[in-house]
Amino acid sequence: MPMLDKSCGMAEAIARIPDGASVMLGGFGVPGTPFCLIQELVRHGARDLTIIKNDSNEAGMGVDWLLQSGQVAKLITSHIGLNANAVRMMNAGALEVEFVAQGILAERIRSAGAGVMGFVTDIGVGTELAEGKQVVTVDGQTGVFEPSLRADFALLHAARADSFGNLGFAAAARNFSPLMGMAARHTIVEAEEVVPLGAIHPEDVHLPGPFVDDVIALPELPEVYGVVER
Amino acid sequence: MVSLNAKERMLRRAAADIEAGMTVNLGIGLPTQVLRYVPADLPVCLHSENGIAGVGPVGKPDRNLIDAGGAYVSPIAGTSYFDSAVSFAIVRSGRLDLTMLGAFEVAGNGDLANWMIPGKFTPGAGGAIELAQKTRKVAVLTTHTDKKGNPKILEACTLPLTARACVHRIFTDMAVCDVTPEGLVLREAAEGVSVAEIREATGARLIVPDAPLPVF
Repeated sequence: MPMLDKSCGMAEAIARIPDGASVMLGGFGVPGTPFCLIQELVRHGARDLTIIKNDSNEAGMGVDWLLQSGQVAKLITSHIGLNANAVRMMNAGALEVEFVAQGILAERIRSAGAGVMGFVTDIGVGTELAEGKQVVTVDGQTGVFEPSLRADFALLHAARADSFGNLGFAAAARNFSPLMGMAARHTIVEAEEVVPLGAIHPEDVHLPGPFVDDVIALPELPEVYGVVER
Repeated sequence: MVSLNAKERMLRRAAADIEAGMTVNLGIGLPTQVLRYVPADLPVCLHSENGIAGVGPVGKPDRNLIDAGGAYVSPIAGTSYFDSAVSFAIVRSGRLDLTMLGAFEVAGNGDLANWMIPGKFTPGAGGAIELAQKTRKVAVLTTHTDKKGNPKILEACTLPLTARACVHRIFTDMAVCDVTPEGLVLREAAEGVSVAEIREATGARLIVPDAPLPVF
């Protein structure tokens, strides 16, 4: 029994994203950020988006393209300190930012992908980070309930994909990508290399195909994926 | 030996607390510079929040391999890569022996504020909250006073906290202090710095042992 071919054109895949959608973007800094899919999302023009990403990239790249085009209503993230434009927009009230502790952001996404409603943690208890959260006591210990974080779409960058959507990520480019691929209702992947079914050894699959919907082969990598000169 | 300035002495002293066999996370900025004083052959596993255990030295840039601060690092024999949920499972489940973090303010009871200055600077905390709350030993590495000369070690923090009562040891350019159940204890003084000067630059009650202090 053959596996479904999920190959797709980039414009066709991104056109599925409507105004008001929630969109997870893989990546921690440059590694793993799906720059080509983000660029296509800017071209597509969907507005009023909720963007979920570890960080807001640096000014002038990645998430910042969506901020500058005015497509983002809300950003859920752990850190925006390297993007002066994001800080300025937040301070001016032009962008709503929800800060989440980095590992709690990862775990809220992971638990959504695992099909559970949330989890209890003591992270942030006793500080203003816990304010407004539901307090739960487990074995006499105080924690807060953290709800799972789902999204309508996940946009991911993979080093390798096969046509069924089995993915492999490079080095530190893995970060949030497999978690987001599991947590979104529709997962779109750009891959540096799309290989024949069977070419990725089953033991080397970092995100299994059942979580992936669209696979797009990148023709060649634009400069933005390269080493950042500082 | 080349004479070291106050900052270099602080870094070298902090590096001496990194012991063989530890799994360690060093924060962005001053803490990362501690590595310059760690012997190259000491068996230590460096963890980075973005999914690396066994971070190697800064090397030939690989576009897919940065540490959490954005520096291009290299793999070493035994390096592993993993996703962000696994990375913070390592942190929250107590696998980190030591973390060194920067601080805006640190209190005599170990409260730490290092993630926001309301109205001025709100970058977000990244992974600092979980590192501060869950690492077995949390050290702060900071100048003893801010640029205006005001103490950064206070009786109580004025800024929003990263975590409560989490700091065990404070390394500064003037002193090494420990947070103990009895209060903040002065352990060591930097070369050429008197106890009176340390007291003057410290905003928290400071317990000074009777015995002469080691100098670093």
